[in-house]
Amino acid sequence: MTGLLERIGAKLLHISAVMGGFVLLIRSTFFWIFRSRLEWRQTLIQMAKIGADSLPVTVMTSFFTGMVLALQTGISSQRLFNEPLFVGTVVSFAMVMELSPVLTALVVAGRAGAAIAAELGTMRVTEQVDALLTLGTDPVRYLVIPRFLAFMLVLPLLTVLSDFSGSVGGLFVAVMRFGIPDNTYWHDIIDFMETKHFYHGFIKSAVFAFAISFICAYKGLSTSGGAEGVGRSTTGAVVSSMVAVLLLDYFASSVLVAMGIP
Amino acid sequence: MIRIRGLLKSFGPRRVLRGVDLDVGAGETVAVIGGSGCGKSTLLKCVVGLIPPDGGSIVVDDVAFGSLRDEADRSEWRGKFGYLFQEGALFDSMSVWENVTFGLKYMTNTPPSRYRRIASEKLALVGLKGVEDLKPAQLSGGMKKRVALARAIAASPRHILYDEPTTGLDPIMSDVINSLVLDLQKKLGVTSIAVTHDMNSAFKIATRIAMLHEGRVLASGTPDEIRKSSDPAVRQFIEGRSSGPIGDV
Ligand SMILES: Nc1ncnc2c1ncn2[C@@H]1O[C@H](COP(=O)(O)OP(=O)(O)OP(=O)(O)O)[C@@H](O)[C@H]1O
Ligand SMILES: [Mg+2]
Repeated sequence: MTGLLERIGAKLLHISAVMGGFVLLIRSTFFWIFRSRLEWRQTLIQMAKIGADSLPVTVMTSFFTGMVLALQTGISSQRLFNEPLFVGTVVSFAMVMELSPVLTALVVAGRAGAAIAAELGTMRVTEQVDALLTLGTDPVRYLVIPRFLAFMLVLPLLTVLSDFSGSVGGLFVAVMRFGIPDNTYWHDIIDFMETKHFYHGFIKSAVFAFAISFICAYKGLSTSGGAEGVGRSTTGAVVSSMVAVLLLDYFASSVLVAMGIP
Repeated sequence: MIRIRGLLKSFGPRRVLRGVDLDVGAGETVAVIGGSGCGKSTLLKCVVGLIPPDGGSIVVDDVAFGSLRDEADRSEWRGKFGYLFQEGALFDSMSVWENVTFGLKYMTNTPPSRYRRIASEKLALVGLKGVEDLKPAQLSGGMKKRVALARAIAASPRHILYDEPTTGLDPIMSDVINSLVLDLQKKLGVTSIAVTHDMNSAFKIATRIAMLHEGRVLASGTPDEIRKSSDPAVRQFIEGRSSGPIGDV
């Protein structure tokens, strides 16, 4: 009985230590963001890395998702109305509000997030993080802030690209499979889509960027135990980021809806 | 000047430092000797502020580590030291010269146009030529160690903490490094702590030697006093015998 209680207690202590460390990392990031010169070069390098790593997969994923959405919508509405109606509307709303932000975040977490956790984890176990400290800078300043800013800038951009490529994928199927004129397809989008729908997805992707960058940076910097530890932090970072994206998606959506950003 | 009093540090149940007292006067080099795993690296990391101690005090030039308020203060504290890591800890994504001059951007006002020349100068001091553009992965163990030493001294720190400066070097290179440490002390008045296993090196570079044993400073004195010490543990260590009080713990 006491053994069980002890184990539960130890687990709770561990969880609160992790949460505490995570919050401290965020606090420290905002402490330094306003107190130190920005590492421009590092930030640009990271933006290029995240973009180049994730762009092809993002575009592919959303293109095919757009295609399958158009296919399903077309078939359903053919059954109901004998005619494929509003294919562009359904595809674009689904992409812009839900699928682009979530899928892009999942792809980026798997590529760029994993890379961050592995890189920072390796630097931690080989004492390179400590070396930064003794050379007058700080892992938060030199490593975390550039990655955080790069995520905040690049993930929303990738999401917009994914909106577009998903819609094009849908167009492809609409035209080739259902013979919908491309004019009709675009009108179905433009007639219903408003900027606030676009903001909904855009803001969510920024929330995801925040979560993924801090989770992966935290996992990387708190690595211990050599190469095995680096592997553990990397998979841990990806899994936690993906779960966080899916959970935050619901909460961010409800908050945005409550604020009148549908 | 570095003053350490009653320094405590445990890792879980393992009590590594159990009340270390150590004084390093301005312009002195104190060699810290002691068995493998006795906490020498831990001591240096506490001094530089990489590991928070569990108790005790560290004072450097009249500022106490305990009195630092936030990250910015602690960052400034760390900037007072040059630190040579036992394993080098070179940045593997950067070339050798970028490694050596990394700290200049944060700790000095040197214009970046001079970095490369400074890197070559510091590398020459540790006996390296023509390696500026290599990556750390292309260096041998001893070369890495020397690049790391060049990086530790690049910003001309007033205090230097060396974690085993001559480990992994051939006898000639060891002597080059010993002379460099001596020069830094004699010509620039640098205050240093040098952790070492190498008794030759300790006798050559140190103004005083302190022996760490069971989490405390067991004996300290000038190299001559240590050489003549009658403490059985000290004798066992400097004579390198496997049997004796240290082996029995
Ligand atoms: N981060 C850590 N977590 C847990 N234990 C640690 C940690 N760092 C050091 N230790 C333990 O503290 C003790 C002292 O380690 P330290 O690295 O200071 O030894 P050392 O005197 O430098 O040894 P060596 O001469 O072999 O380098 C060791 O027993 C080690 O297991
Ligand atoms: Mg050591």
